[in-house]
Amino acid sequence: MEIVIALAVGVMFGSGIWLILRPRTFQLITGLLLMSYAVNIFIFAMGRLSVDRPPITLSPAIDPAQFADPLPQGLVLTAIVIGFATTALYLVIMIGARGLTGSDHVDGKEPRE
Amino acid sequence: MRDGAAPGTGSHRRPRDGTPITHATEANARKKKEFSSIDHVLARDLLWYLLRSVPPAFRHGPMLLASLVFVPFIASLIAALMPQDARNRESWLAAGVAVYGLVVVASLYPAISEGTVLREEFAWLPAQGLHFLLRMDGLAWVFILLVLAIGLLVVLYARYYMSPDDPVPRFFSFLLAFMGSMLGVVLSGNLVQLVVFWELTSLTSFLLIGYWHHRADARRGARMAFTVTATGGLCLLAGVLVLGHIVGSYDLDIVLAAGDLIRADDLYLTALVLIALGALTKSAQFPFHFWLPHAMAAPTPVSSYLHSATMVKAGVFLLVRLWPALSGTPEWTWIIAGAGVCTLLIGAFIAIFQHDLKGLLAYSTISHLGLITVLIGIGTPLAMVAAIFHILNHATFKASLFMAAGIIDHETGTRDMRILGGLRQKLPITATLAIVASAAMAGVPLLNGFLSKEMFFAETLHVGGDRNWWMSTAAIAMGMFSVAYSLRFISIFFGKPAGELPRDPHEPPRWMRFPVELLVLTCLVVGMVPAISIGPVLDLAVSASLREQTPHYDLATWHGWNLPLLMSVIALLGGIALYAVLRWRFNLRERTRAPLLSHFNGAQAYETAMQSLTRAAEWLLRRLGTAKLQPQLFLMMLALLTLPLLLAGAPPEWTILPLEGFDPLFAGVWLIGGACAIAGAWMAKYHRLTALVLVGGTGIVTAATFLWLSAPDLALTQLMVETVTTVLILLGLRWLPPRIEASELQLTVSRTVWIRRTLHMIVAVAGGLALAALTYAVLVHPASDTIADFFLYNALSGGGGSNVVNVLLVDFRSFDTLGEVTVLAIVALTVYALLRRFRPAPDSAEMPPQQRHAFDPASRQSPAEQADSGYLLVAGIYLRLLLPFMGVISVYFFMRGHNLPGGGFVAGLIFAVAILVQYMLAGATWVETHITLRPHRWLGFGLLLACATGLGAWAFGHPFLTTHTAHLDLPLLGELHMPSAFLFDLGVFAVVVGTTMLMLVALAHQSLRAHKKPGEQAADAGLPAANGGML
Repeated sequence: MEIVIALAVGVMFGSGIWLILRPRTFQLITGLLLMSYAVNIFIFAMGRLSVDRPPITLSPAIDPAQFADPLPQGLVLTAIVIGFATTALYLVIMIGARGLTGSDHVDGKEPRE
Repeated sequence: MRDGAAPGTGSHRRPRDGTPITHATEANARKKKEFSSIDHVLARDLLWYLLRSVPPAFRHGPMLLASLVFVPFIASLIAALMPQDARNRESWLAAGVAVYGLVVVASLYPAISEGTVLREEFAWLPAQGLHFLLRMDGLAWVFILLVLAIGLLVVLYARYYMSPDDPVPRFFSFLLAFMGSMLGVVLSGNLVQLVVFWELTSLTSFLLIGYWHHRADARRGARMAFTVTATGGLCLLAGVLVLGHIVGSYDLDIVLAAGDLIRADDLYLTALVLIALGALTKSAQFPFHFWLPHAMAAPTPVSSYLHSATMVKAGVFLLVRLWPALSGTPEWTWIIAGAGVCTLLIGAFIAIFQHDLKGLLAYSTISHLGLITVLIGIGTPLAMVAAIFHILNHATFKASLFMAAGIIDHETGTRDMRILGGLRQKLPITATLAIVASAAMAGVPLLNGFLSKEMFFAETLHVGGDRNWWMSTAAIAMGMFSVAYSLRFISIFFGKPAGELPRDPHEPPRWMRFPVELLVLTCLVVGMVPAISIGPVLDLAVSASLREQTPHYDLATWHGWNLPLLMSVIALLGGIALYAVLRWRFNLRERTRAPLLSHFNGAQAYETAMQSLTRAAEWLLRRLGTAKLQPQLFLMMLALLTLPLLLAGAPPEWTILPLEGFDPLFAGVWLIGGACAIAGAWMAKYHRLTALVLVGGTGIVTAATFLWLSAPDLALTQLMVETVTTVLILLGLRWLPPRIEASELQLTVSRTVWIRRTLHMIVAVAGGLALAALTYAVLVHPASDTIADFFLYNALSGGGGSNVVNVLLVDFRSFDTLGEVTVLAIVALTVYALLRRFRPAPDSAEMPPQQRHAFDPASRQSPAEQADSGYLLVAGIYLRLLLPFMGVISVYFFMRGHNLPGGGFVAGLIFAVAILVQYMLAGATWVETHITLRPHRWLGFGLLLACATGLGAWAFGHPFLTTHTAHLDLPLLGELHMPSAFLFDLGVFAVVVGTTMLMLVALAHQSLRAHKKPGEQAADAGLPAANGGML
């Protein structure tokens, strides 16, 4: 499990870095999407991994060890929603910049090459 | 409340030994009521008895001082919300506030006249020893009287001055906010709090000067005034902090009693310079005087209120206030009096050569403020009496003069003295009033200006003693100049009538002139019977600020033949002669600039300084910044990789945990997820849609992982967000440039590009490996004790819900969530605002080729036709039938959220998706003619509900956002538990729905707009992007 998660985070983050270093705005937005998956899972994994132990306490007398850590989950939940909002903002800036400059290059103009 | 009389140490150092000042003896200081003049006592007792009749409960109830400060601010909010043309209601509101304040002030007179210091204290930052402290002594009382009384007159005047076309709510709102800030400055008993209100006066003054913001001079003047005074305010803050450091408290009473400690401290000079910078900038003292003439771009009521009577007096007020703590050293005299002398000469001299009525008054104000500053700088008790006296006198005659100038401007349409002339015939009453006020300004006997100027002359004589006459010479010169400019001012009423004026002048409305009449009457009364009229008021302020050093002084019009009188006569005659020479020998009427001094232009220096600052910033940006994003991001990623390696210590010992085991299915799922990520990265340049689908695949795998690893809430949210994000990006794709054709592809890349890609690849691989290694390293270590246990133990018992994640979001950490939904709303509105201005690139403005293809049955139908009768009919009807079910599912997930996976976020996203699929199938036009959606209202309602739930806790005396769970027994439904967090979650739900809808719909409407013909688009250009049914 742990090795799979670690590799998954690595692959997504690496792909994300590659993409945000690319020159086209759409590549950048895809890169940010991938990076946010990676970072969300990374933060989530800080509570360690647990299978079949959702943090739903049906009775007051409980053993905390029997539940997954709820704190990173709460943080990641907000991160997912905020990530959605920033993606939307970035998207609008992306299409606005393309309309304004006529180019979809991240610098707003085609490179001289 | 405690007695304001300071401990009778009497140890204040006197500024100069041998100065002939009649100090009150210790015994006299105790019995402050003893005065020589019988009139004086009579008048005070009369006032006192009148005010004794006020009911005692009202005399000093709790919060009375606080209400003085906060009522104007509340009224300011109300004023801002009134309709554009509510001139009368606005004026009544503002006048009501001033009258309320005056009643409170009057009711406090008995207590203040007994020498008590009223204090009201509220906890602000108790841990830091900071309290919100309001404190009223005699000095504050007199200043408040000044602020409120002149405020009332200005409001009355402004009612007639402002044109019906001016947006009056903004004017009165700012004016009231200014009044509140000014009262805050005067009433502050805590130095830090005083600075806060001080900066508020700068801010409101900025808004008022720039009131006519379509005018470039108003914007420039406002910016200049704000930059200078607010910078001074920052210096003052620093000075106050130093003072607080020396004394160990910011409490004004403690600071004022610690004068000897402060003066002996090494940091005394630092504190003094910083505080002086604050006061001198505010009171427009040399070399910071240049902002005041430019502030004359403000409407005249503002000039007459802020820039003559109140705000510019805040600087000198502060100096008087801190006089017991800071004065009595050579540094004090040199800095304060030095600046004052320069100011009074420069201001008075330049004033003679102004041809703008308000410009003349502005320079005259600068000069009179200089006079007050000199007196404070001299710092002897008698000089302080003169300073306070002149503050009051100057406010009266200068406010009336500004108002008179405003009337002339209002009636003739110009303020240019080169054009104006002979106005005596058309405006006889205004002319008379202005002439009397000018005489007060010039210091003509029997008017109030004469009395304080006489005192000033007397003080300059004391400073120099028998040998040094420089100060007196300067004073006489200033007196001559002020006579000259007063003559210049009244010259517009004499001579032959002006030929062509923009307007034919008439006397102004009765009540527009009334404030001027009242103020001029005050000048006369104070000038003739000072002891009866102003005596008791002045006495209050003087005894409060000078305490046991209160000197004996005599307010009388006639002191016999003495040196100050001789100086007055010289100034008067010299001024007339100077004016005559300038007028007839040097053609004063046509001169445009002052001789000599026009080269020392403070405003020019200011502009140059601002410009070089901008240029320096640009230079720095050119040197350090780059417009290219790629190198920036590359460096950032490189730093991300290397910096942690440099900073990290030795890795901890590796102890391998009993792992959760290896599940081949899980590995298989991630094989797909990882492949999707890499393939997406590969495809993103040439195949955008494919890349989007692939990245979506990774997203789904991420959601599955959350579900697998005991995070059902996260899985749900991720799934819904994935859906919405994909739709969002799909909507955006069509605005990107068309796909690059294969023939254009450069299959051989240049060497530089190849090197760059290789470098990027290395960084990407290294970054991925580093994060993978870090993740693994963390996962194989046992978790240290976290606060997780607290939430797990308390969710059910304390939060009333078994879904700990949801309880965490809406209860334990609800303040975070409130912040988060606010961010969501802000982002949604930003997206909406950005799209309003969106103009597509020419090549994507047309309908995309896929939609125009002749074989597509849809290309011949509009989206609405497709859904109603076309080939999407079946699917469309199914989806319409599904809408209520999706709504129910959304409600279901919302309701169970507190106990089982679900909650406001998830339910909101589900609801948004339910609407979204209708849009996708039937098109925006069809949906919006059938359903009325108002995303803005959802946003607003959601935020309001979330805040109101939080505030509701206050009503029960709990901290913000405390939750309470109510258990209801309902028929049929059984026991229902209703935590207040439920309402909070409902707010979250509404915000999420509003955000998602607003963003997606605004984006979707771009396609509709682009399809319109050019003519239609032009007609629609002013409307918001997402118009139609959603608004």
